[in-house]
Amino acid sequence: MLLRHTSDTIIEREALTVNPAKTCQPIGAMYAALGIHGCLPHSHGSQGCCSYHRSALTRHYKEPVMAATSSFTEGSSVFGGQANLLQAVETIFTVYNPDVIAVHTTCLSETIGDDVNQILQKARDENYVPAGKYVIHCNTPSYVGSHVTGYANMVTSMVKYFSAKSATKKDQVNLICGWVEPSDMREIKRIAATMGAKIVLFPDTSDVLDTPMTGKHEFYPKGGVTIPELISTGDSKYTIGLGSFCSEEAATLLENKCKVKFSIQDLPIGLKATDRFLVALSRAAGVKVPDSITEERGRLIDMIADMHKYLYGKRVALWGDPDTLVPLTEFLLTMDMKPVYIVSGTPGKKFEESMKSLLTEKVPEAKYKNGERADMFLLHQWIKQEPVDLLIGNTYGKYIARDENIPFIRMGFPILDRVGHSYFPAVGYTGAMRLLTSILNAILDKEDRECREEKVELTM
Amino acid sequence: MSSFLIERKRQIFRSGADQHEMLCSRPSVAGSVSQRACVFCGSRVVLYPIADALHLIHGPIGCAAYTWDIRGALSSGPEIHRLSFSTDLREKDIVFGGESKLYLSLVELIVRYQPKAAFVYSTCIVGVIGDDLEAVCKRVSKEKGLSVIPVQAPGFQGTKKDGYKVACEALATLVGTGDREVPEISINILGDFNIAGELWLLLDYYKRMGIYVNATITGDGRVDDVRSAHKASLNVVQCSGSMMYLAKIMKEEYGVPFMKVSYFGLEDMSDALYEVAKFFKSAALMSKAKEIVREEFGRLMPVLKEYREKLEGKKAAVYVGGSFKAISLIKALRLIGVQTVVVGSQTGTTEDYELIQNLCDEGTIIVDDSNPIELSAFVKETGADIFIGGVKERPIAYKLGLGFCDHNHERKEALAGYEGMINFAKEIYATAMSPVWQFTR
Repeated sequence: MLLRHTSDTIIEREALTVNPAKTCQPIGAMYAALGIHGCLPHSHGSQGCCSYHRSALTRHYKEPVMAATSSFTEGSSVFGGQANLLQAVETIFTVYNPDVIAVHTTCLSETIGDDVNQILQKARDENYVPAGKYVIHCNTPSYVGSHVTGYANMVTSMVKYFSAKSATKKDQVNLICGWVEPSDMREIKRIAATMGAKIVLFPDTSDVLDTPMTGKHEFYPKGGVTIPELISTGDSKYTIGLGSFCSEEAATLLENKCKVKFSIQDLPIGLKATDRFLVALSRAAGVKVPDSITEERGRLIDMIADMHKYLYGKRVALWGDPDTLVPLTEFLLTMDMKPVYIVSGTPGKKFEESMKSLLTEKVPEAKYKNGERADMFLLHQWIKQEPVDLLIGNTYGKYIARDENIPFIRMGFPILDRVGHSYFPAVGYTGAMRLLTSILNAILDKEDRECREEKVELTM
Repeated sequence: MSSFLIERKRQIFRSGADQHEMLCSRPSVAGSVSQRACVFCGSRVVLYPIADALHLIHGPIGCAAYTWDIRGALSSGPEIHRLSFSTDLREKDIVFGGESKLYLSLVELIVRYQPKAAFVYSTCIVGVIGDDLEAVCKRVSKEKGLSVIPVQAPGFQGTKKDGYKVACEALATLVGTGDREVPEISINILGDFNIAGELWLLLDYYKRMGIYVNATITGDGRVDDVRSAHKASLNVVQCSGSMMYLAKIMKEEYGVPFMKVSYFGLEDMSDALYEVAKFFKSAALMSKAKEIVREEFGRLMPVLKEYREKLEGKKAAVYVGGSFKAISLIKALRLIGVQTVVVGSQTGTTEDYELIQNLCDEGTIIVDDSNPIELSAFVKETGADIFIGGVKERPIAYKLGLGFCDHNHERKEALAGYEGMINFAKEIYATAMSPVWQFTR
């Protein structure tokens, strides 16, 4: 009983966070930067930050994750990190030779007031940056927002540094991708290709964090959005942002900077969100949704129909990032399940608004909270008050799953103890079928294991 | 892409070819993809196994999130240490200070969990924003009648090794505050963190010898044990990096002598028992130790011989946190027929590296504070078959088609002690001989 201290009484907390449902900004910036081809993320701060982020990403993806650090010392904290950053830029281009260095800040470099923009300008002016190479940056103070904010900030800085408007429009649509797995990004590209839609997806971590084993370690794997592609986003005819938390700021900047109109859609998780995404993409790209995809949709609905009696009324607790939780909640409702508790450490009013509009009528008893002290401890207390039938979220739910004996599906970041998430998508109709399969397996496995012997059913 | 940073030339040594003294304990070059962590990390991994204490991290959420139950330090009783507590500093706290948030958090925690003591970790920005951690700890300590110990661990103040020292300083404030009576033949085990239950194996050996283990610091640790740690007759210290500093303090302040041991590999494990028996100048203890060693050897050698026959000729690259562990690993690998061709650590000292040089065959590459490109190049150069390291090295090794053994936080089987040697051999065998590698060779 790892969490035996948790009781069903809600403890009023003014200050303390117990078992967080988020982490800090820089790791999001690092992950997003890995979605640029030939990019080395750089952490401007103490070397521990970089080490933690690399370890966390490595544990989640089971892949090498490369990133450099400014290795702050006592001196840098007093005199500022300019010398470290200049030296870092020089070292990185000399030794690791990336196409792009993507710098993000940390709580330390932010608090001591380093002006990274100015330092990098100096680096360019003083020829630390070889011709044809780039250094981009974003500010990711760890005490603002969450890892999701850091991702959004790095994506925005891709637009800030690269998107450019030329004289000729391009027959392509920008897809600004929220924080999902490489498998999801691959699936979104497959869907677009099947539809015949020309797109630029960014960031794109497929073929970066899901690379095949070849006996060689590629420091810069073949995947990632390329610099010419990023530059060309300013000439695209439309932008679709997937997930408002991660993509809205970048899409807005792209419109302001290059006059590319945009709409924000939910990440295509579940039936309805995928429907909306396909409509948006087919309109923007001027293509039809082919039969093969409509048939995928049909198979998903068929699967739900076949098994709906096992889904009805099942109470679910979920946690993670807003862009994922919103369409996931909607999908559970589509299947007549009851998302009753939802927690996200990521602050932002939009989360509450979306949940309210999804849940008020259908699940009036639902409880949801995000931001400060919306943590796993709170979620567990709710579960203690009235249990649930299923947990969906990152690995940190395993303590609750074990203590309360609740079926548990891993989804989100980080997943430290299972594989598959980086290879099999959760987006699109086929992703929804995979989600549904996992949900049913988890629920039915428990039923098979624990029901009275005379009730064991061969066919279900 | 060039493989080596010129600045790092003196941190790399080729046994038999180079003459220079190893340069170490220096900060990583800015811009390098270092495998190292920070002061906070060092203090956190050392203190966190104390299972009945609170560990509250004062800073933005990341420092707490990334150190939440990552090390698998097992407890036989309370498990408060496996939860993650943070003040989750936000922008307003950075502007107006985080002291009141810290105070409230501490009080909330103490009321709720009734711990035996509280460790409060500072992070990079705590000093910068001017929070007086020490004052808050003092205040709560007074109000709640409980030891609230500040752990001054801003990440930028050095490397992980400096964090070990900070942790030892924090522990030293507890030592000497208890007055438990302990028998004459008693020791403390310092520097084992009970990863995968390793400490429990060691306790069994010492118990079989008839030695009273007074405090285990910090694996399966308890506050009251630490308080009375000064009552033991001897500190047996493993892993020179993390706990030597505490051993030295205890010698100075309480006259408790210490000895360095390693529990990895049969030779070192047996020495750890013999040395303790020698210290107490007891023929009875020595004969018990010999009995244990005989018994364990009799059980293990036939099994190890089988592994040795199959592994003979294999080559290993070792890159670990502490260099003392590297030394044991070289010996343990030799025992199962595996030659060490690359050896490095994040935090070794010049003396450690000299020891390693003497132990290794000619041509072995010795390296301090390495990075992925270097390690890949070394592996290629030496034709290593197996890599022994930590989380960040694992996927690189796999990508290169090498076997891998985690000898760090993520080991799931005990690798220390006699039992651990069998597990180690089994793990090395399983990974070196895995059929998966043939598909890319």
